[in-house]
Amino acid sequence: MSIALLIEQLLNGLQLGVMLFLMAAGLTLIFGVMGLINLAHGSLYMVGAFACATVAAATGSFWIGLVASLIAAAAAGAVMEIVVIRRLYERDHLDQVLATFALILIFSEGTRWLSGSFPLYLDIPPLLQGAVPLPGGGQYQLYRLAIIGVGIAVAVGLYLLISRTRLGMRIRAGESDREMIAALGVDIRTLYTVVFALGAALAGLAGALVGALQSVQVGMGEPALILAFVVIVIGGIGSIKGALFGAILVGLVDTMGRFLLPKALALMMPTAQAGLIGASLASMLIYIVMALILAFRPSGLFAAQS
Amino acid sequence: MKNILASSMFALSLATSGLAYAEPVKIGVITTLSGGGAGLGVDMRDAFTLAMKQSGNKDVELVIEDDAQKPEIAVQLAEKMIQSDKVDLLTGIIWSNLAMAVVPNAVAQDVIYLSPNAGPSALAGAKCNKNYFNVAYQNDNFHEAMGQYANKDYKKTFILAPNYPAGKDSLTGFKRYYKGELAGEAYTQIGQADYAAEIAQIRDSGADSVFFFLPGGMGISFMKQYAQSGVNIPVMGPGFSFDQDILPAVGDAALGVKNSASWSRDLDNEANKQFVEAFKAEYNRLPSIYAAQSWDTANLILSALSKASVKDKDAFRAALKAADFKSVRGEFTFNTNNHPVQNIYVREVVKEGDVLTNKIIATAFEHHKDAYADQCKM
Repeated sequence: MSIALLIEQLLNGLQLGVMLFLMAAGLTLIFGVMGLINLAHGSLYMVGAFACATVAAATGSFWIGLVASLIAAAAAGAVMEIVVIRRLYERDHLDQVLATFALILIFSEGTRWLSGSFPLYLDIPPLLQGAVPLPGGGQYQLYRLAIIGVGIAVAVGLYLLISRTRLGMRIRAGESDREMIAALGVDIRTLYTVVFALGAALAGLAGALVGALQSVQVGMGEPALILAFVVIVIGGIGSIKGALFGAILVGLVDTMGRFLLPKALALMMPTAQAGLIGASLASMLIYIVMALILAFRPSGLFAAQS
Repeated sequence: MKNILASSMFALSLATSGLAYAEPVKIGVITTLSGGGAGLGVDMRDAFTLAMKQSGNKDVELVIEDDAQKPEIAVQLAEKMIQSDKVDLLTGIIWSNLAMAVVPNAVAQDVIYLSPNAGPSALAGAKCNKNYFNVAYQNDNFHEAMGQYANKDYKKTFILAPNYPAGKDSLTGFKRYYKGELAGEAYTQIGQADYAAEIAQIRDSGADSVFFFLPGGMGISFMKQYAQSGVNIPVMGPGFSFDQDILPAVGDAALGVKNSASWSRDLDNEANKQFVEAFKAEYNRLPSIYAAQSWDTANLILSALSKASVKDKDAFRAALKAADFKSVRGEFTFNTNNHPVQNIYVREVVKEGDVLTNKIIATAFEHHKDAYADQCKM
């Protein structure tokens, strides 16, 4: 095993981590502020990818597509909040899960109805095509480095937004005491819609960025959603900082597990068998890590005040 | 979701009144029409209904339902079609895990099932059945062909497939004919979308080629990521990841890739030319392997209907087994286990104008039979 391979896998883990962070940040923000479990967050990710692919195909520019994905996902999120989600805040989590699960089905079949049953084409913009050399003689895909950059920028931006701006102050206030900030005259309904649209836009951004790497197809959001839930449970529900650390932890554990477990097992058994068992173990690894963390810190690594 | 094409609809199509059909025939079609795998099922359904429509046969009634790629739904639909719709024949399933859930139970109730796509090894060998006809392939076949072809140019191949039964069948099939050394063997998760970790291993393995089986969206993701990774080793795979339903989504990254299939759009025979023309005219897109196999399934059924009544099971099974129809794959016969004996070709992805499509460059196997027929006691 060369140093170059190790560096490449670490970068892969980091890239998966920041991608998950974009999904998890919105999810945890919405849960923290509104106390809502939103299963349809993966649908917003899909909306972002489809909007980017459709607009990029029509205009020939990935960048216009990227802007469109932010707008489309934020708009879909705002409409979703006003029409459906708003009625769910006072209800218990089971009702929220049922209603947002219904939204997944509606978004999936709606998207299929609009764009057809076949996957869409979305390519990496020419500026970010190709690979760059790594120390140790390896190469790394430029676009993935760019995703890591975007993820870090979003993390910093969110930190500044929440700790330094008036909107951030209201979000923090909304997290700790809803009644009080409503009594102080803050329009809580609008605040909720804005927070929801912000989370939706982040999911849409993640979908568009990943769409250039993956297959843009109906149902692409749900696998990402499951990982995002693991991330926020590990990080502590409601905590943006927890989402960041949880996402990078999950990204690294998942990638390194897939890479190292079959290799480690191959020392003890035939390669083909090691590949099969290693792959099965690797797919369980993040859930084992989650269970261990919950056993020692039941409310996650960075639990928000409740 | 429910879509019953009543026989009266076919009255609109051009009816050729040469053949007289005694009684109505009901065919149940269970296929994937929603969710991520819908593209495959839509091609299956479209080719099947088009073949029926073109035949002008007014006695055929289709009951088409969506399985949403879920085994439990497929099982319920099959029960409903057998018990309350009283279908004479069943067909349509795309995925092997769904076929394994539905087929053994259906054929045990003396319903004839014709597979337009899935071909799990269990149903070809020990669990073969006189009521089960596979019109597509046995799962290993395309992979065997690629293993055979790889011997020509490659000595050290890295192989990759999802960790589920068809994935294991795939690598088993490849290894059955491949004589070189393996640079590595990786199993991925089913539905996996990111292959960075596997691509890094390929880069590090010193392989001279990559063989992968990643059906549907998984293959699109892999190819897009591979093309950008800076790894320049040639890739190859079964035709599923390079077919007409997904080539537009992969884009130019697929150009030049060798892949194996029993059918190609440019296969030179009269039936195939008519099929491609008719499909294009009706749906304004090129057909895929799934469409071709489904078209053959429909025509096989029609050929048997013109010879025997579907109520006389023995005579109808014999008529099916004779495979007296014009296959778009050219020569087509059934082996002792009711699985195809057919040629498997190697194709290359090319660009014709703006359209990505496949061109046959070699024949990997002639009159190829599957490896499980000997285990079938029928």
